[in-house]
Amino acid sequence: MRMQPVIEIKGLAKTYDDGFQALKSVDLEISKGEIFALLGPNGAGKTTLISIVCGIVNASAGSVAVAGYDIKTDYRKTRAMIGLVPQELTTEAFESVWDTITFSRGLFGKPKDPAYLEQLLKDLSLFDKKDSKIMTLSGGMKRRVLIAKALSHEPEVLFLDEPTAGVDVELRKDMWNVVSRLRDNGVTIILTTHYIEEAEMMADRIGVIRRGEIILVEDKKALMHKLGEKQLKIHLHNKLDAVPSKLASRNLSLSDDGMTLGYTYDTTSERTGITSLLSELNDADIRFRDIETTQRSLEDIFVGLVHEEREQ
Amino acid sequence: MNYRGVLAIYKFEMARTWRTVWQSIVSPVLSTALYFIVFGAAIGSRIDEIDGISYGSFIVPGLIMLSLLTQSVSNASFGIYFPRFSGTIYEILSAPVSYFEVVLGYVGAAATKSIILGVIILATAGFFVDLQVQHPFLMFGFLVLTSVTFSLLGFIIGIWAEGFEKLQVVPLLVITPLTFLGGTFYSISMLPPLWQQISLINPVVYLISGFRWSFYGQGDVNIWVSIAFSFGFLFACLAVIAWIFKTGYKLRP
Repeated sequence: MRMQPVIEIKGLAKTYDDGFQALKSVDLEISKGEIFALLGPNGAGKTTLISIVCGIVNASAGSVAVAGYDIKTDYRKTRAMIGLVPQELTTEAFESVWDTITFSRGLFGKPKDPAYLEQLLKDLSLFDKKDSKIMTLSGGMKRRVLIAKALSHEPEVLFLDEPTAGVDVELRKDMWNVVSRLRDNGVTIILTTHYIEEAEMMADRIGVIRRGEIILVEDKKALMHKLGEKQLKIHLHNKLDAVPSKLASRNLSLSDDGMTLGYTYDTTSERTGITSLLSELNDADIRFRDIETTQRSLEDIFVGLVHEEREQ
Repeated sequence: MNYRGVLAIYKFEMARTWRTVWQSIVSPVLSTALYFIVFGAAIGSRIDEIDGISYGSFIVPGLIMLSLLTQSVSNASFGIYFPRFSGTIYEILSAPVSYFEVVLGYVGAAATKSIILGVIILATAGFFVDLQVQHPFLMFGFLVLTSVTFSLLGFIIGIWAEGFEKLQVVPLLVITPLTFLGGTFYSISMLPPLWQQISLINPVVYLISGFRWSFYGQGDVNIWVSIAFSFGFLFACLAVIAWIFKTGYKLRP
């Protein structure tokens, strides 16, 4: 059972002043405590969507509620609950790491808590840099600073906009450790990415956005189940006019040219039925030249969707 | 009201002031001291008294105003422009702070800095010339009012500007000339009648005149006109800022 939504987006649309329609009409619900991955090509509207929820961009139409509070009328409540790690490495230059996270915590209205901030820096392997000026840090370290800033006020919802773009392996590992610890504490995490493996590895649910529209939202398990399905293609020696009646129970498909039979099966189930199918074919005296199996990956789905967009 | 948020912005901005103390405090104080040496001591000793005040003393209010105006504008405009330029503004926009609180933090810090600067320059002036302040409360009131008003103006410029050049244009090409022509170094009554009339279009005349009145009990225009004008300008800036925030102009697309 899904829990009550922590974010409810209804009919959200955004058209920028220059006429660019970044979001058409987005409906989306994010459950409390889940990790949601938003996948989409560049310019699909991922960042615009996040920016509206966080209060950086005004929506043209529609509504967003965070924990039941409207982001416009109750912006103090909603924004205090949200932490944002932006895509760009936008940091102050001359501040020290410690000062900048203290600033962030204060800005979000939280009382001082040096012990919490200290632990946060330690978790992000930043503690020995706490007195360094941000401008002296490497790109990876700056990314850590942005994560520390976003977490400095103990948010209940964390947005990670392309968190692993240009990030080294070590930071990626640290980051996923932090993310899983946050999840254990009940923090809801929404991340955007165009790395499918990342979404597959981390997310509970996956949404795909394209041209300002959410075109697919699915539990990762259901999606993985689909990925578990394979298709067996049997290339025949002789053309068939129809699937033989003996094999009707098998749900076979016949290609238009009558030369290929298709059979969909689940690799995760106990019996795939391939052995019996082949012997049934033999019994029916259907001879084949070749067999092949194909698998649909999330990547295929994704590429297919993006491809479709280009053709339009 | 998110007091902690306001305080965070305020402290952040003040920290920037202390970090750049040479640029933000020492350099304006030094340049004002140079004015005193050149116009007060060297040339001033050969200039007649104006309205019974020695020339060195006469220019003190104007010089303080000159620093207040240019420093308030450039400091406040930089304070809000730089986060826009670097992108760190995202954090302010996504924080649970109202526009009013954002202004309070940024403009409060810029005005504080200007007031500190004004007091330091005033004290410095005391070393060079005879100073008398007939209406100290009014004098301080003008100091605060002008600092706040021009910090607001700076904030507006910082939101309007799209580059560092635009940021410099207003202090350098508008405020400095208006201040020089607004009676910093002379009394408007010393000008030919036509130029006296033209000078009255210059808003800075009213500020300097009022400020000078609080020192010596005399100015180019009536003190009430100066006070009314100062408040008028304050409200004009507040109105523009209210409009900016209502429309999200250049801040929230």
